[in-house]
Amino acid sequence: MNMIVTPASPATPNSTNSMPNGTTRPQVRIVIVGHVDHGKSTLVGRLLHETGSLPDGKLEMLKAVSARRGMPFEWSFLLDALQTERDQGITIDTTQIRFRTNSRDIVLIDAPGHAEFLRNMITGASQADGAVLIIDALEGVRDQTRRHGYLLHLLGVKQVAIVVNKMDRVDFSADRFKAISDEISAHLQGLGVKPTAVIPISARDGDGVAERTDRIGWYRGPTVVEALDRLEPARPLEALALRLPVQAIYKFDDRRIVAGRIESGSLNAGDEIVIMPAGKIAKIKSVESWPATPVAGPQGAGRSVGITLDRELFVERGDIIAHAGSAPRETRRLRARIFWLHDKPLAKGDQLLVRCGPKESRATVVAIEKAVDPGELSSVENKAIGRNHVGEIDISLSNPIATDPYTDNPRTGRLVIEVSGRIAGGGLVLSVDAGQRAVPVDIVPVESALRPDERSARYQHNGAVVWLTGLPASGKSTLAKALERRLFTNDGSPILLDGDTLRAGLNSDLGFSAADRSENIRRLAEVATHLARNGHIAIVAAVSPAREDRAAARRIADTNFREIHVATPAGVCEERDPKGHYKKARAGALASFTGIGNDYERPEAAELVIDTSTRTVAEAADEIEQMLKTTGVLFDEVVDLAANI
Amino acid sequence: MDHLDQLEAQSIYIFREAFARLKKIALLWSLGKDSNVMIWLARKAFFGRLPFPALHVDTGKKFPEMYRFRDHYGKEWGLDLRVEPCPPIDAVDPTLPPAARSAARKTEGLKMALGKYGFDGLIAGIRRDEEATRAKERVFSPRGLEGNWDVRDQPPEFWDHFNASPPQGAHLRIHPILHWTEADIWAYTKRENIPIIPLYLAKDGQRYRSLGDQDITNPVASTASTIDEILIELEQTKVPERAGRALDHETEDAFERLRVAGYL
Repeated sequence: MNMIVTPASPATPNSTNSMPNGTTRPQVRIVIVGHVDHGKSTLVGRLLHETGSLPDGKLEMLKAVSARRGMPFEWSFLLDALQTERDQGITIDTTQIRFRTNSRDIVLIDAPGHAEFLRNMITGASQADGAVLIIDALEGVRDQTRRHGYLLHLLGVKQVAIVVNKMDRVDFSADRFKAISDEISAHLQGLGVKPTAVIPISARDGDGVAERTDRIGWYRGPTVVEALDRLEPARPLEALALRLPVQAIYKFDDRRIVAGRIESGSLNAGDEIVIMPAGKIAKIKSVESWPATPVAGPQGAGRSVGITLDRELFVERGDIIAHAGSAPRETRRLRARIFWLHDKPLAKGDQLLVRCGPKESRATVVAIEKAVDPGELSSVENKAIGRNHVGEIDISLSNPIATDPYTDNPRTGRLVIEVSGRIAGGGLVLSVDAGQRAVPVDIVPVESALRPDERSARYQHNGAVVWLTGLPASGKSTLAKALERRLFTNDGSPILLDGDTLRAGLNSDLGFSAADRSENIRRLAEVATHLARNGHIAIVAAVSPAREDRAAARRIADTNFREIHVATPAGVCEERDPKGHYKKARAGALASFTGIGNDYERPEAAELVIDTSTRTVAEAADEIEQMLKTTGVLFDEVVDLAANI
Repeated sequence: MDHLDQLEAQSIYIFREAFARLKKIALLWSLGKDSNVMIWLARKAFFGRLPFPALHVDTGKKFPEMYRFRDHYGKEWGLDLRVEPCPPIDAVDPTLPPAARSAARKTEGLKMALGKYGFDGLIAGIRRDEEATRAKERVFSPRGLEGNWDVRDQPPEFWDHFNASPPQGAHLRIHPILHWTEADIWAYTKRENIPIIPLYLAKDGQRYRSLGDQDITNPVASTASTIDEILIELEQTKVPERAGRALDHETEDAFERLRVAGYL
């Protein structure tokens, strides 16, 4: 709005926020949140008036407009700049207004209270250093009061002043004020937020805004203006470890400049750095700039910089540059506490795009925990995270990313989630699973000396991952062994990877929790894919009950993947029970056994479905061979040749 | 880092995001103080270059000083300058008040340029403090297929994560100096020694605070003949920046109607 405001006395002009004595006035950004109709816009209008911040004639103009429309003047009209707002009688979007208190430049982000517009509240509050949470003295704490309180906590806004408004409606009752103060303070402290002040006011009449009037004579704390004056600007991030997320690599001339903004810490030419997630090591050769370049001296958090390195390394957008010894963790899996803004609830198995700074990765929701409506008093846990609700989720990422838990680094420890190209939610990284690199290494992948066509000429087939999934005792291992023998007989190169066998060695650290099962499958898929890329046919026999885990395996193996659903009826499997597992499970002696519950998720688009109860092993092997032929794994000539002999 | 350093770093970040995430972008150069600062910031982001075209949608009614400025600095800064004409006034919505209707020619010219080049992102130098509807803007602001702005359905934007996927055929407006104020622009112009059009400085008790078309832009009373004096004036005035822009004052909603239709 046209509300750049006059100071009490003219300031020196060399910087917009310098004081007459030459020191810098801290600028703090605040957001005003709370339930709809609890008086946010009124408070903003009153604040602008009390701080002498209104442009000449604005108040008179609005009073005239009100008179013309036959309405009594309201302070909130000051903000209702849009026609549409006046029509609906609600503030619909974030506006930014500036004013000054004695020692602060305040940028006020007017966040709206209508539930429909929570995404605007988040847009505003995510930029704020502090917040004012407003509560109607008559109505008390409402669902949106609690929801906004929770979101302030999620967004990392730590300085929260509570304003109990409309005290005139409760006859300025100290008892009523204390009841509300106690309730909201308890709620916020439960979230780890301690209110900086709780202030009784009447925004309409002015009590408590800039003045402690007689009517609130029992109140000893600060006024709203005084509380704003005590807010601290955002915490400096230079003390934390260096994090420079790479935005782009520029080669406009003979320099190869790695560009990005330093999110935390600082850097200087000559520093030893590590590029995550790959863990490659280099030294900063120079810090480039314009018009003068290169620049000397340390560059701290908040700067947008460009650096050159002492060696040619593959660096890409989304990598994070850190100092060796304090690098972020590399992971394919993390847990996050998120808020959800999309119409469609977020559910287990959903495919998403996750952004951590400039890094993006396809991702899948592996588990949902603690999905609640933060507005409800008693939190009822749900299976999916509904619109405007919050929850904790486990995410599996298709590309490794480097990140930090938010408690270690508030800047890199946060993410947003996109659905169909639009931001649908966001949140904090709570923990990062596995893959932590203890020592940074100079990784240079060694390529095979053999070309793929040399191998396929010998084996007469291309590499592939043949993935047999199905209930225990459905016949996977039997089929796998038959296929292995047949391919080998034809001079091919099959390799059997049996789930149980690998659990004895490679995967011996894993149990049967959902997370461990996923990791088990990921490792199987990685090993199998490595073999396939080197021309072998990896035959994987694993129950692999979770559809999402198999989808992850398919993403890893990509075009090499051939899924076979061994769809022998459950009754037949249980009857066979060669290992006695079904019997034990029925007796309750085998926890986490797939087969007797409904926990096997059938494939929806397997390349082949085989019921071993209705055909012989040889017939089933024929079908698999035929499928591998039609999908381009086995070369036709081999089959033709065999037929002609 | 001081206040101007922070503003600069944020703008550079936005420029680099736009360049990385969109396919074909251009910067709208109106020749005014804001877009000159914007070009300067872009050259900082890209180490001296503007790696995309500078588009001047020309109403043909700018001040002669502005055209001289354009021709001189377009060359000196090495810009890939594209000058695009606007259609005649008859092609514009006749229900708009006169000044707004005149300004709306620019919206039409912009649409024609978009159709001609197929840009998926246009970088514009609007600021939140200029005007109430601009205060409601996002940094990456989606436009509809007709170039229109749906203020009621803006995507959330937080933690410097921007929505950079415009629907097929639509485009984004990118606002790298949305968070700057008029005083910030002048303080930065002075610090970086960025050239300006002399019309901004007072002569005979008048100066232009904002430059648009000759017929719909008026000077304000002022004695500020240097940037330092402008900064002092801004500290003291309560007159809005666009007071000299006729189109802002015709009816309560004229500017909003323009912006919904795609005006800057």
